[in-house]
Amino acid sequence: MKTNTHFAFFDEGSKKEIRRAIMKAVAIPGYQVPFASREMPIARGWGTGGLQITLSIIGKSDVLKVIDQGADESVNAVSIKKLVHETTGVELTEQTNKASVIQSRHRIPEVALTEDQIIVLQVPMPEPLRKVEASEYMTKRMHAEDDYSGVWLMLFEQIMKYGKTATSADHPVYVNGRYVMAPSPIPRFDNSKLHQSEALILLGAGREKKIYAVPPYTNVESLAFEDYPFSVEVFEGKHCHLCGSTDVFLDELIDPETGETIHQCNDTSYCIEQLNKKAEAEVQTSYA
Amino acid sequence: MGYVPVKGGTQAIDASIKRLKYERLKGNETIEIHTIMSTMRGMIDQVMSESSLYSPFLAALAIKQAEGSMEEAVFLMRAHRSTLPRPYYSKTVEPEAMLVERRISASFKDIPGGQLLGATHDYTHRLLDFDLIGESSESIQQWLNNYQMELQQVETFDEVKYFPKVVDYLREEGLFEKYEENNTAPKDITKQSLQFPSTRSERLQVLTRGQTGAVTSLGYASLRGYGQVHPNVGEVRVGAVPIYVGHPNEMEHDTDEDFYIGDIKVTEVESFVPTQVKNANNEYELQFEIGYGICYGQNETKAIAMSILDQCLEHPEADFPTHDEEFVLLHIDSVESTGFISHLKLPHYVTFQSRLDSVRQVKKEVQEVEN
Repeated sequence: MKTNTHFAFFDEGSKKEIRRAIMKAVAIPGYQVPFASREMPIARGWGTGGLQITLSIIGKSDVLKVIDQGADESVNAVSIKKLVHETTGVELTEQTNKASVIQSRHRIPEVALTEDQIIVLQVPMPEPLRKVEASEYMTKRMHAEDDYSGVWLMLFEQIMKYGKTATSADHPVYVNGRYVMAPSPIPRFDNSKLHQSEALILLGAGREKKIYAVPPYTNVESLAFEDYPFSVEVFEGKHCHLCGSTDVFLDELIDPETGETIHQCNDTSYCIEQLNKKAEAEVQTSYA
Repeated sequence: MGYVPVKGGTQAIDASIKRLKYERLKGNETIEIHTIMSTMRGMIDQVMSESSLYSPFLAALAIKQAEGSMEEAVFLMRAHRSTLPRPYYSKTVEPEAMLVERRISASFKDIPGGQLLGATHDYTHRLLDFDLIGESSESIQQWLNNYQMELQQVETFDEVKYFPKVVDYLREEGLFEKYEENNTAPKDITKQSLQFPSTRSERLQVLTRGQTGAVTSLGYASLRGYGQVHPNVGEVRVGAVPIYVGHPNEMEHDTDEDFYIGDIKVTEVESFVPTQVKNANNEYELQFEIGYGICYGQNETKAIAMSILDQCLEHPEADFPTHDEEFVLLHIDSVESTGFISHLKLPHYVTFQSRLDSVRQVKKEVQEVEN
């Protein structure tokens, strides 16, 4: 009783259902639309929200890129890519500008995205107010009533305790001046990429059963006070030890030989692209 | 200079998957699906119950593939479930019409219809049976023959016996309130995500597919002190119930025209819970309420724990986590809890780098202030 898997894993009814949730999410930027999240062949918490979005929007002509914490070859990115490829046969790429759909966990690529692209972010905790209120029933009401005093107080208390806001990744944002949204655990460094993004940004939380979106050209503002402005991770005076880039998000590594701390581009495909450009330039100059 | 590879994940994964297969096969033994089906009854029942997919065959396949890991087998079944459309909803199942294999009451010694012990581990001594090491198909056959012979000497009824519900007996006495039947169509939690406050149909669905251990633990917590429900098991019954579906295209519904599509084995529990209610004169008086538990297969502990939690969630006013529907319903699903716990094994380089930066900045600021 071996059965063949349907195109993009789901039956068509399930795909339609998810697409309807996506349409609603796009219509109400930053609002978390509940949906009947399906169990996937990969584990809950491993990107099933993103995967369900990707599978329900992908068509045969799409080109897919999957990254996990910046890396195309990270174990989970490989696993997700494999599943989508096996059930759809779509072309895969590692080059950001070649992809029409990019599924990502916790990073927005360094290369600016375009109107022809959709980025799908995997979300572990879609509720930005969960830290201040455990109950879903209550947080839903707080969003409806535009009551964000809790999350402002959280930032204020951090300033009182530490002298500055001490959020790490997943720093909450205001979308279109209305909903406070969890941007998924992207570093603060990536928050500005959400603002007036040319690409459609879809966010999927499989376990928590929510889909939300930032449509193209939407205002997205990181929560901050006038006298304590929003700040991103600092990599001052540091550069990628492979390609030399400075204005990118860097991974911190230990050189196994010297024991010194070195840095490397977190976005691996960006790093390779820079290295290729350099190599090309070298070849051109030596043959010129 | 040390080289940190930016590529190589694909090959590493392929090798890991191969290694997994090797671990399953290296003993050079195979287990047949029908062997699992006929010897691992408890495991199959638990897998079907937690995955909320009734198919002993697929459950056995999942157990084989998962090398006996419960969470993995349930996970496989749930993922398979996502590929199946839902063409029908069944007609309401009446567990009163169950072909009963086992039926006991802890509340009454002499229940109408009598106690029927059936097959259970309850009265065995849990001593390892070393004879099973050398069990052969001949010895099994001989035992079966003897058992058949013994059965022939047992007097049987000619007709199928009807087992009334224990609760009906108490209802007649006025100890239980008689409610109007609520025939509102249940919400389907696999089609619409759970919203709070939830309906009872949603709660029962989440509880019945909950992880056996999680449901049992929370039920136990309530019983032990972190809850206000101390039930008597009114009735536990195990047996097969028939499933019918109506004709999908015909507007007029005649129950005689329904299609019988098979039967499923379930465990059903009705727990009696004493509660205080105000009567017409505004005085408190004691009455019984029912906690309801039902699950696929023979899973009696889970079904009883479910009946406790059902009753807990009917009384959200009590200030215990076991009475908080979000606390109970959002944390007992096997696929959700094991998934999110295991996701901690995924790389968190970016998020940790961001956290490091935040801690370093705060420390720097503190040092500057101190200087």
